[in-house]
Amino acid sequence: MWRDDLRGIFYIALKDMRAYYLKPPNISWGILFPGALILAFAIRTPGDLRVLAPGLVTMTALFSATSMEAIVITFERRTGALERLMLAPITLPAMLAGKVLGGILFGLAISAVVLVGVTAGFGLAAWRLAPAFLALLLSTAAFSALGALVSVAVREVFEAQTLANLLRFPMIFLCGVFVPLSRLPAVLQVLARALPLTYAVEAVEAALLGTPGWPMAFDLAVLAGFTALLFALAAAILRRRLD
Amino acid sequence: MPTPAIETKELTKHYGDLVAVDHISFEVRTGEVFALLGPNGAGKTTTIRMLTGLTRPTAGDARVLGFDLRRDLPRIKKHIGVVPERSNLYDELSAFDNLVFAMQLYGVPRRERGARADELLRRFRLEGKRDVPFARLSRGMRRALTLAAALVHRPRLLFLDEPTVGLDVVSAHGLRALIERLRGEGVTIFLTTHYLEEAERLADRVALLVQGHIVALDTVEGLKARVRRGSTVEVHLVGAAGEERLCFHGEDTEAALRLALAHAEAEGKQVVTINTLQPTLEEAFIELTGLSAEVMLAEKGSSNVA
Repeated sequence: MWRDDLRGIFYIALKDMRAYYLKPPNISWGILFPGALILAFAIRTPGDLRVLAPGLVTMTALFSATSMEAIVITFERRTGALERLMLAPITLPAMLAGKVLGGILFGLAISAVVLVGVTAGFGLAAWRLAPAFLALLLSTAAFSALGALVSVAVREVFEAQTLANLLRFPMIFLCGVFVPLSRLPAVLQVLARALPLTYAVEAVEAALLGTPGWPMAFDLAVLAGFTALLFALAAAILRRRLD
Repeated sequence: MPTPAIETKELTKHYGDLVAVDHISFEVRTGEVFALLGPNGAGKTTTIRMLTGLTRPTAGDARVLGFDLRRDLPRIKKHIGVVPERSNLYDELSAFDNLVFAMQLYGVPRRERGARADELLRRFRLEGKRDVPFARLSRGMRRALTLAAALVHRPRLLFLDEPTVGLDVVSAHGLRALIERLRGEGVTIFLTTHYLEEAERLADRVALLVQGHIVALDTVEGLKARVRRGSTVEVHLVGAAGEERLCFHGEDTEAALRLALAHAEAEGKQVVTINTLQPTLEEAFIELTGLSAEVMLAEKGSSNVA
């Protein structure tokens, strides 16, 4: 059975990449929007642009991993295509994992391009790419699982888009992308600690600008925990909705 | 005796306070075409959804191809094909790629996929649409391709939920011919329909489902026999005053015939043709369910049975 599940996960992700992700609007949305935000911030607040690199890379990961993931399940539920996957000889978690894997692969591919760009552009050491890529892997997993949760929590595609933005935009301003957490009021710092983007920014920052070590390992562990929790919630909600 | 293809015991589904399917028990024999006939909202689709694992029963048990529905669902799914009421392949993928994707999910070996997809496209007369996206196919073609996608792994049991709804007469006729061919190949077919003529034409046995209950289950002839009260003959008479067609009803065919001939003699007319009239499935449906046939048709437009 696990072989069927693994095969299903792989081919569902592959199909989603072909059918949804690899369309020009998705690619441009994943790169241009975070780039434009960072550029606007850099113009408004000149200084060492290198400090913005982790935020840019992580924000790209967030937007690219959730851009389609947050609507694809809702969309396929509306068209009936999700039922086709449910009829295949795979379990519901495997079907959902296929969807999440699609988001991870796309998020990872887009943010890796940005990662390589900022590493080269800011003259960062090439060895930093490896820990940064690991941080992005865990980050996109958490973001894609978040997208899946959004996607199963609503009934209409436009609701999914609204809810996804409702979560993404506050996260950008709360989680250390533009402003370090330490400069936020205490209550917002507590709130930021409950959001996966905070740990993603910290991990990528440690990988690119700091010293990858135990603090980064803790961030990665928290991101893995977020992934598991968000995925389990999404699977439970989807099961209930199908019943 | 072979294992039934489907065996349900007191299968029940509640949606909140609504009882969609209410303690239904039936068997589908291996190799037969079994039709679940009923109006919209009778519980036909819910029954299929339960038997194919799309929704979990609230109560009751079922075995599909000998496997327990609750415990062995992945094994069941390997051997069944499902054509939902809505043609639900992927709009963005071509006809060929949709079939290949279905094969990937069912674990059809890579080396067989291309040939199998082309074979199915030929069989369903879609070879000319091989590279056309699903979204750009006509409704009849989409339906045919959805059926083809359900057959990629050569299922032993095929579920068809309202297979001809929304199709024009020609497409519906073609689809029924395909269903008959599949039956000939030994595939067990579980069919839901609200078209009486479709059930009559295709099914070996028919279950009448009304408000979640099976009110009758028999062969088409068996259902008709249940409402047969005596016999009716239709005679075509010709005489000096013109011609007429009349029906005569008797306790049996002989009695009805005697009445017809007596009438012809009394009127001085010659009998041209005599037909015995059998009760229709529609009459059986009306009597056994207490519903009218119009109830079935009114909800989805007129029948497309050719």
